[in-house]
Amino acid sequence: MMARLKAFLALLRRLSGDDAYDRHIAHRRVAHAGEPLPSRREFWCSEVDRKWQGVNRCC
Amino acid sequence: MKRLFWLAVAATGAYALGGLALHRGESINALWIIVAAVCIYAIGFRFYSAWVAARVLSIDATRATPAVRLENGRDFVPTHRWVVFGHHFAAIAGPGPLIGPTLAAQFGYLPGTLWILVGAVVGGCVQDMTILLLSTRRNGRSLGQMARDELGPVGGIAALAGTFVIMIILIAVLGLVIVNAMKHSPWATATVFATIPIAVLVGLYMRAWRPGRVLEGTAIGVTLLLIAVVGGGWINEQPVIREWFDYPGLTLAWFVIGYGWCAAILPVWLLLAPRDYLSTFLKLGTVALLAVAIVIAQPDLKMPAFTQFIDGTGPIFGGKVFPFVFITIACGAISGFHTLVASGTTPKLISSEADVRIVGYGSMALESFVAIMAMIAATLLDPGVYFAINTAPGVVGTTAEAAVATITSWGFPVTVEQMETLARNMGESTLFGRTGGAPSLAVGMASIFASTFGQGMLAVWYHFAIMFEAVFILTTLDAGTRVGRFMLQDTLGNVWAPLGRTSWYPSVLASSTLVVAAWGYFLYIGVIDPNGGVNILWPLFGIANQMLAAIALSIATAIIVKQGKARYAWVTLVPLAWLAIITSTAAIQKIVSDDPRIGFFAAARDLADKLAAGALPPQQAAVAPQLIFNQQLDAWLTIFFLVVVWVVIADMLRVSWRTLTGKPVLPSSEAPYVAAKGVA
Repeated sequence: MMARLKAFLALLRRLSGDDAYDRHIAHRRVAHAGEPLPSRREFWCSEVDRKWQGVNRCC
Repeated sequence: MKRLFWLAVAATGAYALGGLALHRGESINALWIIVAAVCIYAIGFRFYSAWVAARVLSIDATRATPAVRLENGRDFVPTHRWVVFGHHFAAIAGPGPLIGPTLAAQFGYLPGTLWILVGAVVGGCVQDMTILLLSTRRNGRSLGQMARDELGPVGGIAALAGTFVIMIILIAVLGLVIVNAMKHSPWATATVFATIPIAVLVGLYMRAWRPGRVLEGTAIGVTLLLIAVVGGGWINEQPVIREWFDYPGLTLAWFVIGYGWCAAILPVWLLLAPRDYLSTFLKLGTVALLAVAIVIAQPDLKMPAFTQFIDGTGPIFGGKVFPFVFITIACGAISGFHTLVASGTTPKLISSEADVRIVGYGSMALESFVAIMAMIAATLLDPGVYFAINTAPGVVGTTAEAAVATITSWGFPVTVEQMETLARNMGESTLFGRTGGAPSLAVGMASIFASTFGQGMLAVWYHFAIMFEAVFILTTLDAGTRVGRFMLQDTLGNVWAPLGRTSWYPSVLASSTLVVAAWGYFLYIGVIDPNGGVNILWPLFGIANQMLAAIALSIATAIIVKQGKARYAWVTLVPLAWLAIITSTAAIQKIVSDDPRIGFFAAARDLADKLAAGALPPQQAAVAPQLIFNQQLDAWLTIFFLVVVWVVIADMLRVSWRTLTGKPVLPSSEAPYVAAKGVA
């Protein structure tokens, strides 16, 4: 039961983008090891701006 | 065993559809429609989409997608297929599939329902899946870029110009819908106004206090929104405070215009992004709740299968069932706008080409199902009530007595007492002439929710539905204004480079003002129009959206032919031909029809004659010159759409002809094959 609840929470975090920072950090650690990492806030600010550059909401 | 299962699905679907089509009684249960729809989507997905994916698109799971090849942990991120499905569905599903079917219900439930089902399975779903794959194969290029790369500059410019104008019309009509829902309704107005500070609070939370904690912020925001719905009811009971939120349409239109301008120049994190989280959450939650409620409540549809208005005399908008049902319902059947999402954002998340089927075809099938639910919510109302809510005072008369007399004379009995009781139950002063579709949808949704979850809360459910529609209409309004601004800046940047810099404030202010002024103009005219405005703007939007679909299908057809698969080109060519026929017929009728309820020029002439003869009451005479100008402008806009779409079709035919006769064409812009790791 606990495991299922955790899996559901993980899915919810993934769907909503709540875990975007964690995933970005994980990616950077692998792909760009040694480079400085953005803070949570820096990442959030740049992500929000990037996301709303194009068409991502429709009629 | 599997075959037996699919045979059973097909038989059930055919039985339900047959029952639906042949039924001629007093009323029919909504479950017939639900069963028919689910079976048709299942068959379409299992067989047709599989065939198109394998034969026409040659989907190849061994080919690495751009998300894998170009992974950067930001926009290019290989993502699980159900997560991409969720994102894509949330992006394509807006207010369109809710409003279109509600308006098209004036023809009866059957024409709209059939078009939603057939249009989606062979049109909209195929379009979305095809464009999604083509863009995935081109590293997530946008529709405009693909048009330029594969057809040439003419197709590219046409696609871009068409998109911009559609955006303007779309925002105006959505603004009008929201204004009509708030007009003289303190409860609705207070609730909708409250969504703005709530969104700002959530924005601050997710940036300053707990950066990136989307779930926490959303949970707080949704809770506050629910409190705002109930709080609006409290405000409505207070004799003094309720006056602060009681406005006529024109004042509210100015509010919406001012709001749109502020939202366009404010940073996204403050208003747009947080409200989008709230609206996405509400959208998915409410759609799921509605599906559950319909299945539990199993309401009877009271609207007949066909009404007499298929002959073109409909009170909500003029025009015969052909072609206007196909124009009115765009988003639930086929929507060109989807291709802008399917090219660009979504392809960069696809982790395997095999996922394109469920994301592209599947999301559209689900959106189509949302349209089916909206059709059910509209047609379960007494037809008399439906017409009383959705018909403008300019058509049925300004007093309640005149309106019920006119509507009853059409054969849809309704009484003043019935409407007053309904309005009181919904916590409104009146529901007469609330055009635009949102209020009647909210009444339908409230009835379903109340009969499933308890009758006591009708008024709260009604205002919850209004708030739910308002929140994502406002999101589309902001996002659309912003995209329009970027497109305008991009174009103006070619004239003078600094204007193209999206972070240069004078350019941001100037271009935002231009975009807001453009849709604000149509919104203003819609509000002062005694016939409601929706009757003009919605068909215009429908024509534009279907034409964008025709442009997307032209690009897809040209690419399929260039890949040497001309024998399969009918897959996109058939929906394209159908769209070309319906949009051209509708556009030509809108331009040349002598009936002032259909033709724009005819309406302008009719009004000018009445004005000259002094036949208009003083209030209408004052705004008549503006309405006359607007009808002419709309006619020219329709001519523009017609020209743009035929230019693109001609360009597609040119490229296809050159390919088939072995003449040189632009090379394919497909990214070269790279094998995916770990896929045999």
